[in-house]
Amino acid sequence: MTQLLQLIANGLVTGSIIALAAVGVSLIYGILRIVNFAHGDYLVVGAYVALAVNIGWGGSIVLAALAAVAATAALAAGLEFALWRPLRRKDAGLFSFFIAAIGLALVLRHVVFLVGDPGPRRYDVDVFQVYDLGGVRLSQSQLIAIGIAFAAIVFVGLMLARTGLGKAMRALSDNRALAAVAGIDVDRTVVLTWVLAGSLAGIAGLLQALILNAFTPNFGFLLLLPIFAAVVLGGIGSAYGALVGGLALGLVMELSTWNALAGGAPAVYKPVVAFGVLIVVLLFRPQGVFGKARVL
Amino acid sequence: MSTVASLQFWAFVGVVAGIYTILALGLQIQFGFAGLLNFGHAAFMAVGAYTMAILVVKTGWPLWGASLAALAAAAVVGLLLGLPTLRLRADYFAITTIAFAEIVRYVAINEQQLTGGPVGTIALAGPGEAASYNREWLAFQGWFEDRLAGVLGEHATKDVTMLVIVWVVALLALLLVEAMVRTPWGRVLRSIREDEDAAAALGKNVFAYKLQALALGATLAGIAGLFFAFQFSFFSPGDFDPLVTFYAYTIIILGGTARNWAVPLGAVLFSVVFAGTRFFDFAPLSLLESGERAYVRLILIGLILIGLMLFRPQGLLGKREEMVLE
Repeated sequence: MTQLLQLIANGLVTGSIIALAAVGVSLIYGILRIVNFAHGDYLVVGAYVALAVNIGWGGSIVLAALAAVAATAALAAGLEFALWRPLRRKDAGLFSFFIAAIGLALVLRHVVFLVGDPGPRRYDVDVFQVYDLGGVRLSQSQLIAIGIAFAAIVFVGLMLARTGLGKAMRALSDNRALAAVAGIDVDRTVVLTWVLAGSLAGIAGLLQALILNAFTPNFGFLLLLPIFAAVVLGGIGSAYGALVGGLALGLVMELSTWNALAGGAPAVYKPVVAFGVLIVVLLFRPQGVFGKARVL
Repeated sequence: MSTVASLQFWAFVGVVAGIYTILALGLQIQFGFAGLLNFGHAAFMAVGAYTMAILVVKTGWPLWGASLAALAAAAVVGLLLGLPTLRLRADYFAITTIAFAEIVRYVAINEQQLTGGPVGTIALAGPGEAASYNREWLAFQGWFEDRLAGVLGEHATKDVTMLVIVWVVALLALLLVEAMVRTPWGRVLRSIREDEDAAAALGKNVFAYKLQALALGATLAGIAGLFFAFQFSFFSPGDFDPLVTFYAYTIIILGGTARNWAVPLGAVLFSVVFAGTRFFDFAPLSLLESGERAYVRLILIGLILIGLMLFRPQGLLGKREEMVLE
């Protein structure tokens, strides 16, 4: 029983981070049809900007988080002007976006490798401080991650549900042509969607790096497919779906190791569980587990 | 003698280019002609190499039999992957294939009993014993080297011998692919890439054609995997990183999508960039340490991909009309 609670707690930590990253990927796919292969590396950029502030300049972890968010938001919005918009102007096909995103991922990751330290790094947090909550043990990093991630998820959920901008984003993602006809400023909303996706990537990157304790610039790619899996699980283009999909996926990944399930899968196969979920959902329910069937 | 002027160095670059030519030709059939966005190509290479090595080391199969079985395995894995996934939309297919390739790589890393685990094939025979699968290959290569020495004299070294063998196979593969796309089969394949519904409306079994293209491309990747294994005498799961698939894309895009003769050109250019950034020792490269060079190389490849998509999506020799998928 204790193991189950512990796994659920771990799953919520992983899941909330995946959820934050997945919202951005899902909205961007819904609006622009870009499968952003570089999204994992936006997370990495955020994590290393935070590292520079936290370790390089001795700033607090809060200051580091703010810097990470600002940096990745600026990066994501800047790339809209430098890369994605020019590509759209040239009527680039699906394939061109795919390859450009892969190229971008290679550039971002290896610039971080080149500029940052390629060896494993960690933030200045107390890794030995462990809190015992009724049998469930969480490190200080995990608690920080849960707190920040849930605050961000609530913020994003409210933003999407209540603000005009959030509604515009969802409308564009749902049906771009119809939304444009209804008077939504497409270009402006696209830039702001990138800002949102970038900010969330910055937070998610910092949090993922935090709970990994020691991380290298490769963590972004390792997290990318689980992020895609969460997006697909929630229904591509659906922001709420991505939030729920992320949490669900985090839980599924952790619970796959539960002893009561025929001994549980070895922990090393947790990412494989995510890939499996991705493939199975695409094959049998491409509109997502929560999405409504429609002609895709 | 500096690296740049050494025949050995260029022979090595040439071998790598030949292996990449075979790998990229497989992708050319799938992506260039059938329009399939296969992002898991490296996995077929892994299946080929691992099947061969495991059969030789663990069951004592002769190398030739094991190699044939390896190619069959790559083709079968291609079929098995295609059966459920080829009905998916292009972007979903792409994501599924990369997830599939990552599953293959994770299994290779973690099933140590079967594959030797993260350290690679050297551990295939179990702990404390260095496994080797290519004794028969080296014997064949030595025999061929002796024949070659009659023609090339002292230049017939190990690397030059491999260079000749790999490129003979690469050119045969090129001729085969070129011949195939000129057949009615190839024309149907291209019509599927251009307009799947139109091809289906004309009574063509689109699914079967795609499946054949996927399996054929997988077999070529398997051949590339075998030569990779022979050339380097040992390999590990890290050699079949998703990056390898992206390299193959870089090669066919660089040369020009759906242009077969551009594939070797792309492969040679790519290999020169790849090996050059590792071994050339003139400025500005000489300012970088070897670790940094690896990063600079990948940044360069990323920039080439982005630049091509922005300014010349059809590649150096391709036609623009054949590049606008969807």
